[in-house]
Amino acid sequence: MKQLLVFIRKEFYHVFRDRRTLLIMFGLPVVQILLFGYALTSEVKNADIVISDQSKDANTERIISKIKSSSYFIVQEKQLAGPEIDAAFKKGTIKCVLVFPPQFGNDLRHDGKASVQIIADGSDPNTAKTLVNYLSVILLNYQQELAGGGVVPIGIIPELRMLYNPEGNGSLNFIPGVIALIFMIVCATLTSVSVVKEKELGTMEILLVSPFHPIMVLIAKAIPYLVLSLVNFTLILILSVGFLDIAVKGSLLLLFAESTLFIITCLSVGLLISNIATSQQAAMLISMMGMMLPTLLLTGFMYPLENMPVPLQLVANVVPSRWYYLIVKAVMLKGLGFSAVWRETLVLAGMTVALLSLALLKFKTRLE
Amino acid sequence: MDAVVLDGITKTYAGGKILAVDNVSLTVKPGELFGLIGPDGAGKTSIFRMLTTLLLADKGTATVQGLDVVKDYRQIRKILGYMPGKFSLYQDLTVHENLTFFATLFGTTIEENYDIIRDIYEQLKPFSDRRAGKLSGGMKQKLALCCALIHKPEVLFLDEPTTGVDVVSRREFWDILARLKNMGITILVSTPYMDEASLCERIALIQAGSIMQIDTPDKIVHSYPVRLYAAKSANIYGLLKDMRDNAAVESCFAFGEYLHLTMKQDKGNAVADLEAFARQKGHTGIAVKEISPGIEDTFIRLMNQKNQ
Repeated sequence: MKQLLVFIRKEFYHVFRDRRTLLIMFGLPVVQILLFGYALTSEVKNADIVISDQSKDANTERIISKIKSSSYFIVQEKQLAGPEIDAAFKKGTIKCVLVFPPQFGNDLRHDGKASVQIIADGSDPNTAKTLVNYLSVILLNYQQELAGGGVVPIGIIPELRMLYNPEGNGSLNFIPGVIALIFMIVCATLTSVSVVKEKELGTMEILLVSPFHPIMVLIAKAIPYLVLSLVNFTLILILSVGFLDIAVKGSLLLLFAESTLFIITCLSVGLLISNIATSQQAAMLISMMGMMLPTLLLTGFMYPLENMPVPLQLVANVVPSRWYYLIVKAVMLKGLGFSAVWRETLVLAGMTVALLSLALLKFKTRLE
Repeated sequence: MDAVVLDGITKTYAGGKILAVDNVSLTVKPGELFGLIGPDGAGKTSIFRMLTTLLLADKGTATVQGLDVVKDYRQIRKILGYMPGKFSLYQDLTVHENLTFFATLFGTTIEENYDIIRDIYEQLKPFSDRRAGKLSGGMKQKLALCCALIHKPEVLFLDEPTTGVDVVSRREFWDILARLKNMGITILVSTPYMDEASLCERIALIQAGSIMQIDTPDKIVHSYPVRLYAAKSANIYGLLKDMRDNAAVESCFAFGEYLHLTMKQDKGNAVADLEAFARQKGHTGIAVKEISPGIEDTFIRLMNQKNQ
């Protein structure tokens, strides 16, 4: 027991004395979270819009002020005529144009019906559709106000409500995926490299010929990274809550328990890699390449798994991060309890047991 | 009971394609300082790794303190001290942290066995808070030896401990080994330096995986069957070439500033004959004398016999 403690202390020395390890351990998560949270978002915000108001009445003014007050649009003050609009679209300085015809206010007052024109840049269809939707919602909203809170006489009005994420905050979807990605990279890479380093230095020979049980070497290697990863997880949660406005809806205890399970999965992968790799570079390459791509592509946070061909969906089932992603989404974002994620937990636990036993069995008590 | 016994040990790599150790048998007596002498690639490290239970032999058996290296490997791991050839400690840990770590790993403390490492560790003490990576080569070797000794092993395996270490440190290191031997520790040491062979009690000359001779350094030197001559001239390379063309010369090798030669038929006037031959070939600054052979001469002679 004392041997294990001293061994673990030695591992902590290695981590805290190596700037590179520290950077991967704590720098990577911060950068990833901030990148995915702020920079790499699929949301459309602050789109430049030109409003051509040829009616200039109370109605159009109120609509325009609604558009101005939403965070989705920046209304260009400059008025543009037909050909200038075309040029602005070509230059890409505007994303959208809203035209109120001269009779807009009149028509609305007398006929109770008026039309507007929305022109959007279709070369980027996703953005264009999103912007048109935003504008439609704002117009619909105004229409409802006019009706005095009652039902607008004609037409079916869809009441939109985005569950668990009413604001359509894009980081919500990313965070669980990024957490999975970080654990996969940090745990697998750092453990495999730290075991292989002992082989390269020749210290592994001493560790093996010592009375210390060889399996304990692996356990001593894994424990510090488990502890550090949990610290990391706390850091990520604090960042998400503090900077990305994400609330942890479910049980924090359950979230930590599930994360511990997933960290052990990743550590097992790292230990398994260390059995195969003979150099630190090889270990790094296998863990980075071998883990990063499947995690990015087949977890479901970047590309929906449902849209993939069936064979790929089947392959995704053996990617551990896919299950962890589902669990975190359920617990953290939807506030569900263990009863909702026990199946995913069971799959993940099964994978962990399999990977860990394989790593321990394959660990050589001799040099070959 | 012998401390270390190898009986017909054979080891191959790459699925039998590379023969590293070829039917090696030898015994090391308790308390003996035994040297395994041979060039790089002779199979020394493979033998050490089989004895330290890190590798399995293809054929043959081996015991350490009567314990079988395959069956009883866990017990052997408790009683042996091992310093691998490329052993470099934890560079980012201090001298004291390294030593504490290995002491604990082997289930002991620095204080408990301090008497055994005192002589060596006293020299390291001023640097005990320095990281191992910042030590000189000689210091590193001493620290590594401390780490291998800290649990008071019964048998000590040192794989090329002096390779890459300066001459003064090498000398010191061998003094330390002599003191450890006096404490009753059996030491098996390997080295590619022939001059270190005479510092061992008994040596085994090993080449291409097989043992050529095992005896005390003195006896090995005295077993040299013919007379040996040393010759030099102003142009040593020219002389080497000429002597190798000389029909009367059996073998001729460069040894520092001299050539070492043996004659095919030694009638007792070889010194004069060689001098005359060199002069006839136009060499200047000629000196020829009879010398007593060293370990390296024996090694080369045995190696050539084996290759023929």
